[in-house]
Amino acid sequence: MTMLDQAPSARETPLLEVKDLAQRYTLPRESLFKPPAQVNALNGVTAQVKAGRSLGVVGESGSGKSTFARLVMALERPSSGSVSLLGRDLNQLPSDELRRARRDFQMVFQDPYGSLDPRQTIARIVAEPLTALGRIDRAALRERVATVLRQVGLRDADMDKFPHEFSGGQRQRIAIARALITQPKLIVADEPVSALDVSVQAQVLNLMQDLQDQFALSYILISHDLAVVDLLCDEIAVMYLGRIVEQARPEDLFAHSAHPYTRALLDAVPRARAGRVRRRRGAQLVASQSSAGVGCPYAPRCPLADQHCRETAPALRSVGPAHLAACHHAEAVMALPPAVAEAG
Amino acid sequence: MSAPLTIPADAPPLTPGARPATGFWRRALRHRSFVLGAALSLLVLGSALLSLLWTPWSAYDIDIASKLRPPSAAHWLGTDVLGRDIVSLLLVGARSTIMVGVIAVGIGLTFGVCLGLIAAARKGWTEELIMRLSDFTFAFPAVLSAIMLAAVAGPGMLTSITAIGIFQIPTFVRVTRGSANAIWAREFVLAARAAGKGTFRITIEHVLPNILSILIVQATIQFALAILAEAALSYLGLGTQPPQPSWGRMLNDAQTLLFQSPMLAVYPGAAIAIAVLGLNLLGDGLRDLLDPRLARER
Repeated sequence: MTMLDQAPSARETPLLEVKDLAQRYTLPRESLFKPPAQVNALNGVTAQVKAGRSLGVVGESGSGKSTFARLVMALERPSSGSVSLLGRDLNQLPSDELRRARRDFQMVFQDPYGSLDPRQTIARIVAEPLTALGRIDRAALRERVATVLRQVGLRDADMDKFPHEFSGGQRQRIAIARALITQPKLIVADEPVSALDVSVQAQVLNLMQDLQDQFALSYILISHDLAVVDLLCDEIAVMYLGRIVEQARPEDLFAHSAHPYTRALLDAVPRARAGRVRRRRGAQLVASQSSAGVGCPYAPRCPLADQHCRETAPALRSVGPAHLAACHHAEAVMALPPAVAEAG
Repeated sequence: MSAPLTIPADAPPLTPGARPATGFWRRALRHRSFVLGAALSLLVLGSALLSLLWTPWSAYDIDIASKLRPPSAAHWLGTDVLGRDIVSLLLVGARSTIMVGVIAVGIGLTFGVCLGLIAAARKGWTEELIMRLSDFTFAFPAVLSAIMLAAVAGPGMLTSITAIGIFQIPTFVRVTRGSANAIWAREFVLAARAAGKGTFRITIEHVLPNILSILIVQATIQFALAILAEAALSYLGLGTQPPQPSWGRMLNDAQTLLFQSPMLAVYPGAAIAIAVLGLNLLGDGLRDLLDPRLARER
């Protein structure tokens, strides 16, 4: 089941192992007499992350990316399935041990304005993952905060300021410093740069890349932006309606996408090109949860869908080395000319 | 074609790191309604403290011979129907006013904030139970619950303080729960949970500090309401009992003489108005001053 490298070593425990993860939410009741509607935000997701490797998760809004992030962080209990970090099932751990285990995985949130408590100083915010673990000597704590602030390119003097004194990019650096303070093995970043300006995005991404090299960090990077994921990740999982529909290394995914949805995503990336006639992009149907009955969930939007697709749901299967796709026509899709004709 | 990018000569100079004054008191002294509110509140507090040390006359000595005197050098605001000095009565009355306010708001704040925080943190049936109980309490007007309490425990200052305090609880529960719920929905709370903080620590470290300014403002307004409620209860004869003077009792006494000496009602009325106005202005000022985001702008 190892998806990351061609030579699987069975005795090595992966850093993170997600098995058949599913999450069902109950919507508020619309009528007193009907049972409340349910949404399957996540439909049996299986994935692995090896130490030092990073997984990118892409997909449109509503595809279950953020639910996946929250479940990996053990912020919610899944309806079924398991999340194991270093071989320990997070949802089976007693709350005390789970709290101690959190040292190894931290999270960076999307909104750099909402994820920092406006009433706390930067020192307190950054130190929080450490203070949550137990009492720590104040001087040592400040020393540690200063170290991580320097690692993300901020100054020691910023410690006693408040979040509102910083720009969006600086705040996201603070959020990253906070995630780094426990020296975690895994950082789950849910759309870490999508709230930032493009120029600031690049700075934050470069920082994340440097930290990855420096500390052998693993990221789970949730994004709707394929370029962002490509930069930081060794493997990309494409999600659609709570399922992984394709999983591969970035170069394989971009060169020979095996799922029509991946192709649609790549096509949808706006590219600035001089001297080209501008044309409007064909709007796609919005994915709807209710259409997911029998058959391939992507069939209603798929240009290649046939009778077989509408009747039988395709399973995630191997279509190449370290390349998985859930499509009956994967081979045909791979044979199509690459979606990304020219890079850059 | 395109205009060159230049900085106009009259552009304001960039001053990195220029930070305006941040001292709380420096900002406070420039905030007009805070200064006025604080001054009026201190006037009431000062009167109460002064009455402990000195009053022009004794507030308890009855001198029927010199009743209903107009203002004079001896009695600055005249005397009441029993010949007591009005200034002395007002000074001593401030004492019961402040005592009732502090204790009643203390009761309301302590119980109300705890229950509100629990409701917001626990959700589910705990929240339902707390909120329905507070609705139940809220449905009784303060005066009515005071009358019921007085019927059981006998009228007196303690009865009125307890009744007003209980009446304050549901207001604090609602304000606390509402604002705490808003904080619980914020992303930094999720971040704290991801860091491993439990419900109790999140409540103490994140929720409470973020709603504190709302609670302080609410407390000053409730203090003003408590003063009014105490005056109303004393006026009805359920609060402070004679001979202990209170502003509400003074109003009650003045009522029968409203047409002969209307000023007797004006003095305690003005005292109540000053205290209530002062506390409201103080609350407004504190709300502005306690917000770190507004702190840098003035």
